[in-house]
Amino acid sequence: MSFSRVIPVLLLRRKGLVKTVRFREPSYVGDPINTVRIFNEKEVDELVFLDITCTRDGGEPQFDLIEQISRECFMPFAYGGGLRTLEQIQQVLARGAEKALINTAAFTTPELVTQAAERFGSQSIVVSIDVQQRRQGLLGGKRDEVIVGCGQQRTRSDPVDYARQMVERGAGELLLTSIDRDGTFTGYDLDLVRRVTDAVDVPVVACGGAGNLQHMVEAIDAGATGAGSGSVFVYQGAHRSVLINYPERAALDELFGHETMV
Amino acid sequence: MIGVIDYGCGNMGSIVNMLRRTGHTAGVIDSPEQVATAERLILPGVGAFDAGMHHLEERGWIEVLDHHVRQQGMPLLGICLGMQLLLSGSEEGRLPGLGWIDGMVVRFSNRNADGQARRVPHMGWNTVTPAAGSRLLADWTGNDAALPRFYFVHSYHAASVDPAAIAGTTRYGDETFTSVIESCNSATGTLMATQFHPEKSHKYGIALLQRFASLEAASST
Repeated sequence: MSFSRVIPVLLLRRKGLVKTVRFREPSYVGDPINTVRIFNEKEVDELVFLDITCTRDGGEPQFDLIEQISRECFMPFAYGGGLRTLEQIQQVLARGAEKALINTAAFTTPELVTQAAERFGSQSIVVSIDVQQRRQGLLGGKRDEVIVGCGQQRTRSDPVDYARQMVERGAGELLLTSIDRDGTFTGYDLDLVRRVTDAVDVPVVACGGAGNLQHMVEAIDAGATGAGSGSVFVYQGAHRSVLINYPERAALDELFGHETMV
Repeated sequence: MIGVIDYGCGNMGSIVNMLRRTGHTAGVIDSPEQVATAERLILPGVGAFDAGMHHLEERGWIEVLDHHVRQQGMPLLGICLGMQLLLSGSEEGRLPGLGWIDGMVVRFSNRNADGQARRVPHMGWNTVTPAAGSRLLADWTGNDAALPRFYFVHSYHAASVDPAAIAGTTRYGDETFTSVIESCNSATGTLMATQFHPEKSHKYGIALLQRFASLEAASST
């Protein structure tokens, strides 16, 4: 029996964890190491860490922090944020992450994805795709567009074409995030999930917009192999107070267990 | 001491930490000379098959491991690529494997037999069905026991494995593949291997590593 993954996606800003709304307004939610310990106790499926300062600052990833996380983390985790070179990816994997996520550099230097997949295996290389509805030209209508640089830089690329290209380049998994839905608790962009998962044959983790487990079931039904969220796992209650949480195993098994997985 | 072999392919830290958490003495071994200081060994590994074999060869690990593991009977647990390297070879590469267990490594097809799409890599949590007599999976061999679940991340898997060495199987799509190997006899020594990552598999992984840490070695030849 296999299980669709339910994945907390955690944003690092310097040494702390934050949560954003539509990639803006980062608010502090806790310490990464404490959070990992809590998630160990709760036997979380997998974690994703995204450092949201790296790309903008152009600095090196926080390798020491990755190593600290790895020492505490008895579940698989992926790390992304500012990865631009094979050496950085090698370091991320050597420090204990299962997977390295490439976002902006996959657009600016797509050959990096190919080289990384050849060197470390496709299963270690995730391409992270952020998508936002943008007006096309002065008089054009809005349509989905891939945005890089932490939600700042337009690419004119269609998410479905882009996803296909990245898989051809060697990506072993895609993290597909809707910027418009990020932090809104309104549910995933299911149309986007459907279109991208139909177009590729690698696992796709949907992200952006989940407000509850039912939303995650919808994402899996739409074709995603995993459902990611920040909000669901760091906030709780009507007032959205910070509380690191994860559902009970039995509840997850009922919703996300499959006799076979395709 | 459980020695976790660092041959330049992947991360040792989380394995060492999980072993220590279970109360065992563990350390990274980064040169073949240190093998003699260990009581049992873990061969981890991520990445491409040829890169793994190349690193083992280049750094002189193969003769030393052959001596201590196959001839002297020091128990060894291969994890992920570390399991695949124990077999005869892989579709992924051109170099022969160690060949200590009969079997080949092949790629998952992107289609099930009925033509339905199957996503590759196989990535995520899946159950393992223990074979009768499995030592690593002994906690879950009872008729009533719930199947253990482990974390997988791989595009290639063991196939046509010596049936005597198959200790656990896993189903992905419409295909059942060998996910645990065990061979304990005077020819192989005490060889164990898992395709999944016990060090990333919470309580199931802890229990499996506990079993490995307390295994009796096959009598040495």
